Amino acid sequence: MTAVEDRAATDAPTPEIGKARRRKEDARLITGETTWTDNMVLPGMLHLAVVRSPAAHARITNLDVSAVREAPGVIAVFTGRDLAEEQGSIPCAWPVTPDMVNPGHPSIAVDQVNHVGEAVAVIVARSKVAAQDAVELADVDYEPLPVVLDMEEAVRDGADLVHDHLESNTSYHFVFDAGEMGTGGDTEQAFADADVVVSRRLIQQRLIPAFMEPRSVVVQPQGDNYTMWSATQIPHILRVMASMVTGIPEHKLRVVAPDVGGGFGGKLQVNPEEILCLLIARRLGKPVKWTETRSESLMTAHHGRDQIQYVDIAADRDGSIKGLRVRLLADMGAYLRLITPGVPALGAFMYPGIYKIPAYHFECDGVFTNKVPTDAYRGAGRPEATFAIERIMDELAVELDMDPLELRRKNWINADEFPFTTVAGLAYDSGDYETATQQALELLGYDELRAEQRRRRESNDPVQLGIGISTFTEMCGLAPSRVLGSLSFGAGGWEHASIRMLPTGKVEVVTGSTPHGQGHETAWSQLVADSLGVPFEDVEVLHGDTAISSRGLDTYGSRSLVVGGSAVVKAADKVIAKARKIAAHLLEASEDDLEFSGGKFSVRGTPGTGLGIQEIALAIFAAHDYPEGIEPSIDADATFDPENFSFPHGTHLCAMEVDTETGFVKIRKYACVDDVGTIVNPLIVEGQVHGGLAQGIAQALYEEAIYDADGNLTTGTFVDYLVPSANDLPHFDTGNTVHSAPGNPIGAKGVGEAGCIASTPAVVNAALDAVRHLGVTDIRMPLTPERVWRALHGGGDGGDRVAEGSNAYGGARTTESGYEEAEQ
Amino acid sequence: MTRISVRVDGTSYDDDVEPRTLLVHYLREQLGKVGTVVGCDTSNCGACTVHLDGEAVKSCTVLAVQADGAEVTTIEGIAGDDGLHPMQKAFHEMHGLQCGYCTPGMIMASIDLVKENPEPSEAEVREGIEGNLCRCTGYQNIVRAVRSAAAEMRGSGGNGHVAPAEVDTAAAPHVVGQA
Repeated sequence: MTAVEDRAATDAPTPEIGKARRRKEDARLITGETTWTDNMVLPGMLHLAVVRSPAAHARITNLDVSAVREAPGVIAVFTGRDLAEEQGSIPCAWPVTPDMVNPGHPSIAVDQVNHVGEAVAVIVARSKVAAQDAVELADVDYEPLPVVLDMEEAVRDGADLVHDHLESNTSYHFVFDAGEMGTGGDTEQAFADADVVVSRRLIQQRLIPAFMEPRSVVVQPQGDNYTMWSATQIPHILRVMASMVTGIPEHKLRVVAPDVGGGFGGKLQVNPEEILCLLIARRLGKPVKWTETRSESLMTAHHGRDQIQYVDIAADRDGSIKGLRVRLLADMGAYLRLITPGVPALGAFMYPGIYKIPAYHFECDGVFTNKVPTDAYRGAGRPEATFAIERIMDELAVELDMDPLELRRKNWINADEFPFTTVAGLAYDSGDYETATQQALELLGYDELRAEQRRRRESNDPVQLGIGISTFTEMCGLAPSRVLGSLSFGAGGWEHASIRMLPTGKVEVVTGSTPHGQGHETAWSQLVADSLGVPFEDVEVLHGDTAISSRGLDTYGSRSLVVGGSAVVKAADKVIAKARKIAAHLLEASEDDLEFSGGKFSVRGTPGTGLGIQEIALAIFAAHDYPEGIEPSIDADATFDPENFSFPHGTHLCAMEVDTETGFVKIRKYACVDDVGTIVNPLIVEGQVHGGLAQGIAQALYEEAIYDADGNLTTGTFVDYLVPSANDLPHFDTGNTVHSAPGNPIGAKGVGEAGCIASTPAVVNAALDAVRHLGVTDIRMPLTPERVWRALHGGGDGGDRVAEGSNAYGGARTTESGYEEAEQ
Repeated sequence: MTRISVRVDGTSYDDDVEPRTLLVHYLREQLGKVGTVVGCDTSNCGACTVHLDGEAVKSCTVLAVQADGAEVTTIEGIAGDDGLHPMQKAFHEMHGLQCGYCTPGMIMASIDLVKENPEPSEAEVREGIEGNLCRCTGYQNIVRAVRSAAAEMRGSGGNGHVAPAEVDTAAAPHVVGQA
């Protein structure tokens, strides 16, 4: 039993933890009384608009902004040359290898543009409309350079270069070899000894996080102090980074993330526009605002995924997996942003999934192309890895003529084998894959659907049915600081909280984890209500302002409850410890004789008497009588640095109908059972799963960022980039098993990414299961009707390039330079 | 500049606007009605949905001059003296929002949907709100909220304000196992 469960069980009459509390946050959000950054209006505020490159790769040969300067309402115009001396470089905090090549990333282009949408000039005007009108008046000449878009082309010898001062388009080569690391056997030998090898080339298409609130930044200078409001997930990290980039001392810069409308990793960034707003506010001494249009957002906020995966799995005839080999090409885009190179490296540790695999070799090239950079997107590395292992498991099952579930069972870690150190070196903390799977099968109605599938096959029904399985785990609670250090990440993974008991007994909780829809204000109130024994309503949670929340590492990677919530619980323990000393003094009792229950200290054996912690808060405020050696407050700070990741897991099942005549696919039923450890608020957990499912299913069926041959983003609006609507998604049947995480006082494992990670392979496996008997062995995502129809009627995976069964290893061996064989 | 007279959330305004000004920008920038938000520039996301003479419109596809003489209701104007609108309440009860950015538009579209169809099926709700994008919720709880509000609104004579609903324990996920 964890500390919180223990407290909840013994102290509070009706524990808050586990209660489906309606969210405190909702009051302002359902009434429109919100503080989105774009709502900000400051006296004398000026508006920015950005002149952006229409060319993917070009030299700027002429940049004439004289007409812009003359336009009505325009105050100033800045080009890259104007700001060259002070603009710094957008930071990359994750040099995954010592020799990683970082070409630098200017906030605004100086001589050359490297992707469509890159800033080439910034207009400052009295109104947003005036600034936007003037954009058209910028006169820019571009001398085109060869456009590099295709990763496999980009890594060939003699390829055109994105950055012509570099030797190649490869930023880094990252390798994890279990044999060398001592976590597994020799991979080459394992493959040589195995009965069967199955290989696939899988495409993780480029996705756009597409948070609903466009990015928005307001900077207010006051003397040499600056306040920046930004629609960001990472106010604390942004403050450090922006200070380093601009030279504004950190203590002179306050960053505020007010209400933030979605993120999904897309707002885990130091944006060029945030830096530009700071530079221009400093130049002009006036408050400035920049709010992007949706088109700007889709074109210039970072993208996610975009990997080509060459996956080989080796097994014996009985289904025992012998080895796994993964080689990636990961598209960095034109530049390295905050954690661009780290995303595939993080994923490297998740390819073995939930399986006991004796040998594993991973290698990855980070590749530059003339596209907007990639970076974190919900799951960041783990959805890609889970897709690969869950797809290849199905392919192996076909090869071995085994039931895909039986193959998984044969190889997964059994409940009595935890903790289990995987071939990738991760120590999985707890889990029970069998139970979750059984529950999911029941929730889906598996047997009936299999019977229907048989009937449809036998009758050659034009609409075929398939069932897809994805049994997954992920690493959450990002992250143990020492692990991040070993992975060369530029920061730790701790989180900070403080609890302040106010004189009237109300409680202020300050968290370093900054929410954008995850319900921290509610869940943290539940934690504190149980810990301190105070009413839920008496707790207020403060966040997202570096002037209030002095320290923190913000919100990403499902770390908030696991790491940030644990810091809150630790702070509550300190508050109670201090209050106990004061209570002992006031009650003239020994500390050891006091018990704390329901918010009250009482002398053991005399329940009903005593002193409430909220009363103590007032007493210590008056400070007329308190023990020697105690400072007159019952506030506490705490920092939690996890010792290990947490490992949520689950089984996701998708039943899908495929119309073989039109290629149209429809999810018939979706059921999943997730184990996210202790559930603090079931409503929030369920909501997070639903949202993740929507995004994972969208990758499988709908979404793809597409560039044309010239490097233009052809999916640059919501007309073309298909974020699914309510009508595009099914009803979800969700459930939970609960195995508390041993690594944190709450027992939470993290939930934000589960749905997104698990659902994509479940959906694709379902579609393939429906039509495999018709000769289809792969369909490239997203499974558009055209792709499915082509896979059924035209052969191949329905993708733009048919590479059936091809692989960097190709069943033979790869060459030193890499990927020649991939196209053969 | 063109002179318009418009009534917004019960208050009358006379303003000069540029003929090209969109209603959403007029509401946000001239009237300070920032509860209505902008999510896209192609009228696809529905975040800016308001009621124009009682019908849901995407206020980014309506010129402010087209609202001359009209009655506009925004998210800031739907709560009554006696409390929240049933649709607002239902979104809260059913956890029909996370980041909340799409929520004002979603609520305004849903009120109009229920006005047209007082007893919508799940499929009808899904079809009825397909012009409003949400990136957080996966829509399931929104659908649940709209149907719940519809029931409330039927029960209270269509559009009246109601007392807070009972806590819906059915909304909690089904826990199927315990360590």
